[in-house]
Amino acid sequence: MSNVLHPSILLFTGALVLTLLRGRWQQGWLLLVAAALVGVVFSLPAGVYGATEFLGIQLTPMRVDELSLVFASVFALITLVGAVYALHVKDTTQHVAALGYAGSAMGVVFAGDLVTLYVFWELMVFTSVWLIWCRRNPTSMAAGFRYLLVHAAGGVVLLAGIILFYLDTGTVQFAEIDNTGIAFYLILVGFMLNAAVPPLGAWLTDAYPEATVTGAIFLSALTTKTAVYTLIRGFPGTELLVWFGVGMALWGVTYAALANNIRRLLAYHIISQVGYMVAGVGMGTIMALNGSASHAFTHIFYKALLFMGAGAIIHMTGRAKLTELGGLYRYMPATFLLYMVGALSIAAFPLFSGFVSKTMVLEAAALDQRAWVWLLLSLTAVGTFLSTGLKLPWFAFFGPDKGLRPAEAPVNMLVAMGIAAFFCIFIGIYPQWLYAMMPAPVDYQAYTSGHVLWELQLLLFTAVGFFVLIKYAGGQPKITVDTDWLYRRAMPAVVGGIHRTGGAMWRAVLGALMRKLTALVATVSAHHGPQGILARTWPTGSMVLWVAILLAASLLIYYL
Amino acid sequence: MDLGRLLQALVERGVLLRRIMYVVLAGLVVADILIPSKYDRFPWESIGGFGALYGFFGCILLIVIAKVLGHVLLYRPEDYYDE
Repeated sequence: MSNVLHPSILLFTGALVLTLLRGRWQQGWLLLVAAALVGVVFSLPAGVYGATEFLGIQLTPMRVDELSLVFASVFALITLVGAVYALHVKDTTQHVAALGYAGSAMGVVFAGDLVTLYVFWELMVFTSVWLIWCRRNPTSMAAGFRYLLVHAAGGVVLLAGIILFYLDTGTVQFAEIDNTGIAFYLILVGFMLNAAVPPLGAWLTDAYPEATVTGAIFLSALTTKTAVYTLIRGFPGTELLVWFGVGMALWGVTYAALANNIRRLLAYHIISQVGYMVAGVGMGTIMALNGSASHAFTHIFYKALLFMGAGAIIHMTGRAKLTELGGLYRYMPATFLLYMVGALSIAAFPLFSGFVSKTMVLEAAALDQRAWVWLLLSLTAVGTFLSTGLKLPWFAFFGPDKGLRPAEAPVNMLVAMGIAAFFCIFIGIYPQWLYAMMPAPVDYQAYTSGHVLWELQLLLFTAVGFFVLIKYAGGQPKITVDTDWLYRRAMPAVVGGIHRTGGAMWRAVLGALMRKLTALVATVSAHHGPQGILARTWPTGSMVLWVAILLAASLLIYYL
Repeated sequence: MDLGRLLQALVERGVLLRRIMYVVLAGLVVADILIPSKYDRFPWESIGGFGALYGFFGCILLIVIAKVLGHVLLYRPEDYYDE
């Protein structure tokens, strides 16, 4: 890496130095590293750096182009936001994990080959899991281990795909992957697992709500969006992804409508929003791919903002369930208003960021004449506003007062939320800034009377529907089962069943053997025992017999 | 705390706000009927007020489907996974 500084190196070094610092010095260093990251990424010249050959494989550790810069830019900005939000945290492990995790995500988006990509892909898992474990309670420990195991399994699938791909093509260069059969699908499944595509997405909604308040910001931004990046790069126009995308969008809103834990509700909306991006990748047109990339960019800001709002509630009240929250708006008004900026952005209200990116994916579907995709993704928009813009804020900030009297969130949290809110509004008002960054020229006009009227009607009448059914729309003190039920309940039950029936069978076999053995011993002792018939000649008689036999044997051996 | 008091003042005028919203909602539908849509990729894009219908019934449908799925299939007690 001759002329440029790889952002991962900056972050890893920054994380190492951070371990030596404490207090104000640590805070200052954290901010400095994050700010330097923004500077480095925004001034990276396009190009290929550090190309080298290793064991006969051509490696490209750093490739900077438009697409990688889109994701790297927003990762850098959100790392800065996350660092500000976590500034009050006096837990070195979390800060190191967060910087290492951001560095690994940077490594993935700049990886020019699949081997480099795989290394950083795995590093992302091992750095991010600490953001879950650092909550330091049994629930998050268990959730962290499940997170680790699911990603380990996904990593193995990806690695198998990469190896087969190399054997098929003789290269590990990471570009659009041709459908050569099994390697194509293995890599696709590896990427889809990290994009949290159901049925492989339950790790996300299982683990993220158990992460630390500040760690969840990094988690919500990085893993799924690096996966979206890899899908855009490797699998544009894969028809299968259109339907997986639409399916996951609806999957997410349905579960979110049932969720009671505020961060689980938001986590399901990561799945639904990534659904738009995955569907866009599947459609594969220039409009659709630009839409996916733009939506990833805006999504990272508004989703982080929503998680920061929910995190502020948890930080100040110690509660995370809608059924235990209510009436907070008088005590945390700034948190409420900033949260609502995120909610209006994710819902795609005009003048907020989601509007300029989500409608681009819909426009791509319209241009392709995909009526069902368009209708179902519009239904997802309804569900998105329903859960994040109405249900959560209504039952947490308004609704029945539960007697909670928290103070407003700490200043650093509010500042971080303010920065994210700024970007949500800025992009909403001035989408050209975002569009100029896109990998291909954007030929799309978000603000037409048709789009604005459609979205406003759709969303405001969603609110009417919500208030009509408000008695049924709230959270219930229950949890929902997702596909993680398979490895949390079904498989343990099967293994436990095998253990129990196997154990019983083994005991039965042993018992039967023991009975036979006992019978044999009884027979032998009946004949040879002290009272047995063969025992009468026992001492001398048999001695003489055996001596005779031995002598005969030795005679025979000598003779031979 | 001024922000909190401001919000509280708005909440206390909830009835007025609700009436304003009704006017806005009606105005939106009227505007959508009057302003001709520039899009005709799908048949519904030229129907005035379709967005309002889709939003309202979509919302009702989603809540009903989710709740039915929840009660039939997905809901479990909170200690379901506890060892």
